[in-house]
Amino acid sequence: MNKLNFLQPDKNNIYTYLYTGVILVALSIFIVFFNSFFSKDIVSFLPGPISFFLPLILGFTGLHLIRIDYSGLKFLDSINKNINTNNFNAFLSLLIVFVVIKSLPPLLSWFILDANISGDSKDVCTGSGACWTYIKIWFNRFMYGMYPNPEQWRINLSFIALAFLGCVGFFATEKFKKYLTLYYVVVYPIIAFFFIFFFISGGPIFFDFSYGIIAAVISIILGFFIPPKFKMYYFIIVPITLYILLKYVFFYEELIELGKLEALEWVETGAWGGLSLTFIVSFFCLIFCFPIGLFLSLGRRSDFPIIKYISIGMIEFWRGVPLITVLFMSSVMFPMFLPEDMFIDKLVRVIIAISLFEAAYVAEVIRGGLQALPRGQYDAAKSLGMGYWKMHILVILPQALKLVIPGIANTFLALVKDTPLIFVVGLLEIVGMLNLAKTNPEWLGFAMEGYVFASVLFFIICYAMSKYSYNLEQKYKTER
Amino acid sequence: MNIKKILPQLLTLLVVILVFGFFSYNAQINMENRGITFGYGFLSQESSFDVQFSLIEYDGSHSYFRAYLVGLLNTILVSVIGIIFATIIGVVVGIARLSNNYLINRTAAVYVEFFRNIPLLLQIFFWYFAALRALPLPQDTEPMFGVFFLTIKGFFVPAFVWNNLDIFIYSIIAAIISIIIVRIYARKKQENEGIQIPVISISIGLLFILPVLSFLFGGVEASVEIPVIKQLSQSGFTYEGGIKLPPELISLALALSLYTATFIAECVRAGVQGVSKGQKEAAASIGLTPNQVLKLVVMPQALRIIIPPTTNQYLNLTKNSSLAAAIAYPDLVLVFAGTALMQTGRAIEIVSITMLTYLSLSISISIFMNWYNKKIAIKEK
Repeated sequence: MNKLNFLQPDKNNIYTYLYTGVILVALSIFIVFFNSFFSKDIVSFLPGPISFFLPLILGFTGLHLIRIDYSGLKFLDSINKNINTNNFNAFLSLLIVFVVIKSLPPLLSWFILDANISGDSKDVCTGSGACWTYIKIWFNRFMYGMYPNPEQWRINLSFIALAFLGCVGFFATEKFKKYLTLYYVVVYPIIAFFFIFFFISGGPIFFDFSYGIIAAVISIILGFFIPPKFKMYYFIIVPITLYILLKYVFFYEELIELGKLEALEWVETGAWGGLSLTFIVSFFCLIFCFPIGLFLSLGRRSDFPIIKYISIGMIEFWRGVPLITVLFMSSVMFPMFLPEDMFIDKLVRVIIAISLFEAAYVAEVIRGGLQALPRGQYDAAKSLGMGYWKMHILVILPQALKLVIPGIANTFLALVKDTPLIFVVGLLEIVGMLNLAKTNPEWLGFAMEGYVFASVLFFIICYAMSKYSYNLEQKYKTER
Repeated sequence: MNIKKILPQLLTLLVVILVFGFFSYNAQINMENRGITFGYGFLSQESSFDVQFSLIEYDGSHSYFRAYLVGLLNTILVSVIGIIFATIIGVVVGIARLSNNYLINRTAAVYVEFFRNIPLLLQIFFWYFAALRALPLPQDTEPMFGVFFLTIKGFFVPAFVWNNLDIFIYSIIAAIISIIIVRIYARKKQENEGIQIPVISISIGLLFILPVLSFLFGGVEASVEIPVIKQLSQSGFTYEGGIKLPPELISLALALSLYTATFIAECVRAGVQGVSKGQKEAAASIGLTPNQVLKLVVMPQALRIIIPPTTNQYLNLTKNSSLAAAIAYPDLVLVFAGTALMQTGRAIEIVSITMLTYLSLSISISIFMNWYNKKIAIKEK
């Protein structure tokens, strides 16, 4: 038998070291476990500081003893490699384990064991834990805001339909794959707008938009048959002409009558709220901010000085101010800039403001991608005789956008996380609804539950988005 | 050819001019109808509103301009506190993310994923309305270390009462200047003779000795003023003396630093991972000690990657501090774009001043960053 040297464990007496070490570590964990779950200090017979530090000392010694290089035991080696490489690491690992064990019982008791969920009034919440009854009672309000209860099926229906329409891309056959971009960039947003406009709102508040959209759709369809030579001017002139024609010549009254769905009650945007409003705002801002950002980034790299400096000015302005002041501007300053009889809905103003704001960030991200492309790509495209738009659409943008998927995803995440700020103009999405519910005299004192609930919701949404963007990044990763 | 170049530019310019013209025309008409004249003269008028927390002397009799300064200083205060703590937490978490220890690594990752995926506003509300509301009332508070009082009405910390404070500050300035001289001298010495001087220990020594000398011979005296509980009414208590940090400031600084730290942590991680392994091995192979490898080879290269995005995060933190308006911390947005705007009704002037303040701040920082990036860029031959 070799001599035991406890300061330097080695392979020869491996089992002696291993058993002693494991027993010490297990003992230390057991002491902490017992202390935290049964709130009994089983080493209280020792003097104060020693009993406090005893688990740490025991565990530390134990981990030191089992730190044997090349022991030949797979499990031991992996422990040593991952949590027990040196004294400092062992100490930190122990601390983390102890803190987790220590904090489990209070968390468990608050979340589950002492929490209440039954009943429908504040009185059932007598325990020391969370009062999930509060969330249960207010759930409708947190999801739909002040939207009238019997009408909420309209929101559900619209969201389900839009979710299905959004998934079309997964089912498209090869034949239709090439139209998917067109579908997602043009058709889908328009359908979404009609759903929100007719179903959720249920009234012709700003019907001019419908004329505009119809004009845009017709002009895009016509656009396929126009020779490329005139395209640039075509897209400026035709939609405007169509819009004027539609509004004043063809179906003036008839279309308005068509737009009114008499069966549905009109719900003003001020009553929208909760998580559904978060979705609506983020959805439209996502749709609008991407093309605006794309054009700004192209403008910033343009050869035309006027366009370049206007783009730089736009981007730097929006990036330089906080969103909250932008919303302030949209709510108090913007009405001053409009004719007195012209009124733009609060929600629309907010969506425009957030879209412009985030577009500047999207523009900078896309510019990063454009700059990362080697000059050869531009030269090659030009040498094939492509013009500016053809070169960008077919060669440059597909590569550049692929490079900046993570950046764009981050901007979109920031956008979703910024939507609660619309409380500035008095729109109450989920965080705003929480603050409203918190001040209800019947339900005072449950702020914590509400915020935890909303945090979990946002965490799920944002985490799923970031994981999805990661998958997308992996999918489109190409060797260069 | 020429027309094709000029026409799009002219069109864009025309659209921009039309939009701006439309807006300003309407603004003029609207202001005429409401009987307001455009101008910044109101800044010198008496503001007649109070601010709860200000770094400079302020009450209702001061001007709107002073109210603006109060808000600006409060914004700067919370940003500086947030930046300091976010940097500390971010660097620690970023390094923890790189650890080989599975537990440390995972803990840091959970922290980053959790805090960066929850809206900042929600976090501010959580700390302000839920977490800090659970603190005890002033009369029930147990002091931390005997001198700090964390109560529902704020955090009361001891204050220093200085005698001859200016001499103390001069001594610190003198220490900093002498440290710079020592550094220059040490660099010259190393370049010329190859001898290294322990700069860091000398610097710390200087920074310590000179202020102590000022205490001993300069007549500087400092005493500590500990907050003492005081009864206001039957059930109302507060602390007197010391410094009071209002709960708004604490929750805002807490939320800002915890949120921004996650982004800084990612910057730090990316920076250290961005230094290729070959660099470390090469440095070790020419005989540098591990400390020297870190100091002379890894850190300079990692910092080049870390600093630009981190500055961006500092800027974001400063802009995000405007969320203070949601919990009534009197920052620039709340005091100026909130209260002052309510009182004067001068939407255009006040919102434009507020935006210009943030804009000039961020543009000056981005100009500085461009200069810095150019300076540290690798000079390739």
